[in-house]
Amino acid sequence: MIIYICAGDPSPDATPDLVRRLAAAGADIIELGLPHSDPIADGPTIQAAAQRAIAAGMNTDVYFQMASLADVAVPKVFMGYYNMIYARGLDKFASDCARSGISGMIVPDLPPEEAVPLKDACIRHGVDLIFLAAPNTPPERLKMIVEETSGFTYLVARIGVTGARSDIAADTRGLIARVPGNKPKAVGFGISTPAQAAEVVRAGADAAIVGSVCVDLIARGEIERLEQLVRDMKSAIRAVKLQ
Amino acid sequence: MKPQLCEEFAVRFGRYGGLFVPETLVQPLKELAEAYERLMKDGEFHSELNLLLKHFAGRPTPLYFARNLSRELKCRIYLKREDLVHGGAHKLNNTLGQALVAKRMGKTRLIAETGAGQHGVATAIVGANLGFETQVYMGEVDIERQKMNVYRMELMGAEVIPVRSGSRTLKDAINEAMRDWAASFEHTHYLLGTAAGAHPFPSMVRDFQSVIGHEAREQILEAEGRMPRSIVACVGGGSNAMGIFAPFLKDDVRLLAVEAGGRGPGRTDKIADNGASMGYGSDGILHGALTKILQDPFGQILESYSVAAGLDYPGVGPELAYLAETGRVLPKLADDKTALQGFRALSRLEGIIPALESAHAVGYAMQEPEALGDLAIINISGRGDKDLATVMDYENL
Ligand SMILES: Cc1ncc(COP(=O)(O)O)c(C=O)c1O
Repeated sequence: MIIYICAGDPSPDATPDLVRRLAAAGADIIELGLPHSDPIADGPTIQAAAQRAIAAGMNTDVYFQMASLADVAVPKVFMGYYNMIYARGLDKFASDCARSGISGMIVPDLPPEEAVPLKDACIRHGVDLIFLAAPNTPPERLKMIVEETSGFTYLVARIGVTGARSDIAADTRGLIARVPGNKPKAVGFGISTPAQAAEVVRAGADAAIVGSVCVDLIARGEIERLEQLVRDMKSAIRAVKLQ
Repeated sequence: MKPQLCEEFAVRFGRYGGLFVPETLVQPLKELAEAYERLMKDGEFHSELNLLLKHFAGRPTPLYFARNLSRELKCRIYLKREDLVHGGAHKLNNTLGQALVAKRMGKTRLIAETGAGQHGVATAIVGANLGFETQVYMGEVDIERQKMNVYRMELMGAEVIPVRSGSRTLKDAINEAMRDWAASFEHTHYLLGTAAGAHPFPSMVRDFQSVIGHEAREQILEAEGRMPRSIVACVGGGSNAMGIFAPFLKDDVRLLAVEAGGRGPGRTDKIADNGASMGYGSDGILHGALTKILQDPFGQILESYSVAAGLDYPGVGPELAYLAETGRVLPKLADDKTALQGFRALSRLEGIIPALESAHAVGYAMQEPEALGDLAIINISGRGDKDLATVMDYENL
């Protein structure tokens, strides 16, 4: 189970402790979002979190400080928009990831075709570059994406943007079934309940990515409920895997 | 991976351009690029478009010899009268073209972003005329500034959706339209209003706007028997500029692209005092393309500023960024004050009230007449009726 939070929301100082608590509650990977002014792949929940974080003083320098301070045993993965990486310099960004204990990068607005320079930088610094596939990705392209990705393939559960939904689209199961090869696949966008997480794992995913619902609980200051949700998700997923 | 893959993937202008979008939008953009490339070779498509451009949009627009302005600036100046296009701006050239592409692709709904409301109006016009359901994203701040255009869109059956995210202006309206499209591409066409964004938009919008330059070329040859020394156009995202420049790229004509100097070069960590992405910006990715943008050192996009809502955009089309870098196009600045001078001068000298956007081109020409040579064309991209309240407010400050 992969848990997404927006770094710096509600404040940069709160982030390292939050990461530790999520890891303690059972998150297998922590996805640390770097807030961007123009998050085109995100729905209202994460947009609002990004605005709060930027207003609270989050920037790329602070991001890497907080990531270093968040010393957990589970992997941390960067998620953020390409311009933030481009502005810092691709090589410096990948090297900062490696130095602050971030083992992979998810860049939602960077298709593999445009990612050649960043991929080179990631290889130089031993950081995974994780590509996304969507329900409308055609078979040939899906094959290319799975070949190019490293770490895992991020399957976008539904067309549209991030945000909690109450169901799992039929598309999602179809996409999971279509992925060739045996690299790990994680499913995200819209997953907000233990039942949904269990459902995507039952459909063949190796992990569920849970974001907006966590961001929402953090926004409301309900950290204990967030920890409980993570524990419940974890046991729901474990139950499926034991079957 | 072979770098060659990239070239097939998206047209580049030097290092600028590309297709930096979420995976969900890759396929819709590829389908759009294929449809547009196919239709550009389709005679029937062109006949249909040309009929609409002639009988509905009112093309060709005149190339008018501005006697009084010419006398004032001691240079022969012609005005390309895009202000006379139906709807009041060049925007309809593009919306008609894209709407016909959308029709051929079987789409039933159009979405668009708008800042000043001119592109929104041009989209509402084609939505009504060609039978699309139409929704226009518009920042809350712009809705407040451009009430008349909101009402015009609604009269023509379009729904205006207020955008409350981010800076609540044009760039956020584009974000919101892209988010909508990522879920609705099956039946919806995203009708982007300027020559910016991901491939194929910069090329497609340039091609649909090139009718301006093709006409101007014929008209100036007929009137003067020679090429102009210079062409002046204002730049928001670059559609009216690329439209008039494109057919002259191979000629010995000075191409002057006037960006919004706003209040000057200043900026805070959130807001730039101008809309001059070529003048004051740096390389970065915005709305799907690598181009020149206004950003902070960390890559956060700044809010732009201009008295002309249509130039109030923190990016520029990738082809213009490239042409500026090679020196083929010369980026210039006109600040608010210069634009207002252009606005007043053209109104008084020629009896033509230009859009505040176009007034930047006029103002620049008046400020640096020596840059024009002895024969110039200024692109009057739109008419100024929409701006009267803004100008009155500005003068009362
Ligand atoms: C009259 C007019 N001119 C110019 C522009 C700027 O756009 P572009 O640079 O795409 O021509 C606008 C945009 O709204 C406009 O309404």
